[in-house]
Amino acid sequence: MKSLFGVRAWFRSGTPWIWLNAGAIALCLVMVIGVLGLIVVRGGSHFWPADLQQTEWSPESGQKKVIMGELVRAETVSAVMLRESGATVPAELEAVTRYLVKVGNRDLYGRDFSWYMDYEITGWAAPEGAIALERRERGNFYGFPLRLNEGDTLIAEGAAMWPELLKRVERANGIFQQMKDIEKNDISRINNQIEKLRLTERRLVLDKVSDAEMAEFKAQAEAENKVLNDEYAVIQQKLDQLRAESNRDNLVARSAEGREVTISLANIVNAFAPNDMSVWQKTRHYFSGIGTFLTQEPREANTEGGIFPAIFGTVTMVILMAIIVTPFGVLAAIYLREYAKQGPLLKIIRISVYNLAGVPSIVYGVFGLGFFVYIMGGSIDQLFYPEALPSPTFGTPGLFWASLTLALLTLPVVIVSTEEGLSRIPSTIRMGSLALGATKSETLWKVIVPLATPAMMTGLILAVARAAGEVAPLMLVGVVKLAPTLPIDGNFPFIHLDQKIMHLGFHVFDVGFQSPNVEASRPLLYATALVLVLLIVVLNMAAIYMRNRLREKYRSDTD
Amino acid sequence: MNQDKLTAPPVENELKLSDEKIKLQVNDLKLYYADSLALKSVNMTIPEKRVTAFIGPSGCGKSTLLRCFNRMNDLVDICRIEGQILMDGQNIYDPKIDVAELRRQVGMVFQKPNPFPKSIYENVAYGLRLQGVKDKRILDEVVETSLKGAALWNEVKDRLHDNAFGLSGGQQQRLVIARAIAIEPEVLLLDEPASALDPISTLKIEELIYELKDKYTIVIVTHNMQQAARVSDYTAFMYMGDLIEFDATNKMFTNPSQQQTEDYITGRFG
Repeated sequence: MKSLFGVRAWFRSGTPWIWLNAGAIALCLVMVIGVLGLIVVRGGSHFWPADLQQTEWSPESGQKKVIMGELVRAETVSAVMLRESGATVPAELEAVTRYLVKVGNRDLYGRDFSWYMDYEITGWAAPEGAIALERRERGNFYGFPLRLNEGDTLIAEGAAMWPELLKRVERANGIFQQMKDIEKNDISRINNQIEKLRLTERRLVLDKVSDAEMAEFKAQAEAENKVLNDEYAVIQQKLDQLRAESNRDNLVARSAEGREVTISLANIVNAFAPNDMSVWQKTRHYFSGIGTFLTQEPREANTEGGIFPAIFGTVTMVILMAIIVTPFGVLAAIYLREYAKQGPLLKIIRISVYNLAGVPSIVYGVFGLGFFVYIMGGSIDQLFYPEALPSPTFGTPGLFWASLTLALLTLPVVIVSTEEGLSRIPSTIRMGSLALGATKSETLWKVIVPLATPAMMTGLILAVARAAGEVAPLMLVGVVKLAPTLPIDGNFPFIHLDQKIMHLGFHVFDVGFQSPNVEASRPLLYATALVLVLLIVVLNMAAIYMRNRLREKYRSDTD
Repeated sequence: MNQDKLTAPPVENELKLSDEKIKLQVNDLKLYYADSLALKSVNMTIPEKRVTAFIGPSGCGKSTLLRCFNRMNDLVDICRIEGQILMDGQNIYDPKIDVAELRRQVGMVFQKPNPFPKSIYENVAYGLRLQGVKDKRILDEVVETSLKGAALWNEVKDRLHDNAFGLSGGQQQRLVIARAIAIEPEVLLLDEPASALDPISTLKIEELIYELKDKYTIVIVTHNMQQAARVSDYTAFMYMGDLIEFDATNKMFTNPSQQQTEDYITGRFG
């Protein structure tokens, strides 16, 4: 008898397999948690108000100066490398620690991130009274407040200034919001109507209506145009007034090295003094920062501000895609499973459909651009929007084409799961309905299809998960880095299918790799990626919840 | 034990086929699955408002024959039928016959309970809704009478709008019977209706069959010979696609005329 102990017996016991399987799942978990952890930490930390650190910088060449900013990170590099790249590093050093500092004040320094060598600076310290101003233009300002003016009159100085400043910043923000609302609603409505009049006139010209009719319309259009222009003038006046109002106050502040700057309060989004904030205040600032990020529009070439249009665009596009793909996929699956004659031809069709799921997505993008946008969109423009030509309406990438392309991309997934669902329904239920005198189609629509809805939902879940994360084809068929307006607004017909949209996936690509200010956008990249992941999770959870409700409703003991 | 037997209601004695009114008449019926002959020239008559049981070993063709009465075999592509079945003198295999209409007159209950994924109420109302009945009062009334007819009303009257899948197997089978009688068929085909049920549910179904035979012509396929003896008035014994013997149940079980029947009933094969 062979020994029961030892490697052979161990192998035969099956234990190594258990270890192997457990190892595989552990590896998967580590990777998933690693990915999520990285984006959560990197993206989430961006909104925490970091202390402003100050130091004295005395470079070899040039004079001493005080610098202040947020410490982004520190790294140690070999002195040889630095010397090779042109820096004059003291001979005795072998390795140098250098700091990346967000110094802000782009209007003064030209760039808002700088590296400082360890040997050129004294130690870091967080000075009291330092403030950070988040500005609409030219990035953050870091410095010390001096005076608050209303026009030319001094309002406050020193310690009393801070609460007054916050109050007045809030007021300026209120005015800014008002101006934005006017631009968004009134001005866009007027422009819309003027454009409509122009298009109607062009249409009449194309239709070759009689001169009398044309003259009549022109007179009417002129009257309407006049009304609109008058209205516009009033609004414009009001806007000018508001702009002047918002520019009323200004802040004189001193930068770390001692230059005085005057900043209009209209330019300030948010003012805070991170060095004097308690943990509780910082936490509030943190969450309001996240709120702003989720609800505001991007600024400064997507390196600042929020990502709301991208979230909105992604959700709109995915919902539209779901509305398109579900009926098509379900009908196709029902035909394949219930009506088509089973045979070699059907087998070929089925295999083709299944293989469509494996076609690279960029191929769908090219197809979408060539067929949907240029051929279909072009024809729609010729038939229905000839007055707008040569500028295209649907003959250019837009929301509808993006959704349609994604619907095509996810169609096989829906077909496959619906077919599986249909084939799982026990034939006895079918028989039961037929035996009661139902026709085949009555049986199908009243009994079989409701029973297959959970399977359809499964298909939809997979489709949504795939569509929400897709980027490559969208770049060709309707997603842009910055869309001026949302695809849904208050102007008829409320949802603008021809409009270009922003998309989270593309936003990640744009912020990460096309940004003019890499360091500034890096945290936003992670935060956007996090939002994209969370959005897909939420969409999936919603679909799974709906599926489970349906399952409960159509629970069958034959499953 | 003996006493019980004596006090039990006496089986209607001396039933004779020749005295019965004929509901269904099968003339020289042959059925092919692809090229194989599954029913070899069956001739028989099903009497009206009686319970007729089909017995025989598995694969003898009794279920196949049953499915001929409401043309369920039409659903099988490879199935082909020759001969005729007359219902009240009308050939149901006439091309002019509307199959859906035929199935409304010939209801069927399957071996496994197959309620629809709907509420109890909607299950029973399904057949009526197919016929376009929308009046809530009529539906309510039919649902109630059908459920009462299927001896299920008392158990479900408080939860008519619950999902039918929440019922037990026996209740589901009675629901399916209620669903079938809701559209008032003339004939009720039962394909081993109790074979998937526990003994108590089986008993209830058998009692139900006994009550239903006043109103419907019932044809039941069963594997269980005691069941056939208990519920049926007439019994047909089939073997290998042939109808071996067809007679009053009493006679079949006490004094069959064919040796094969006796062998099967006494358990010598099958």
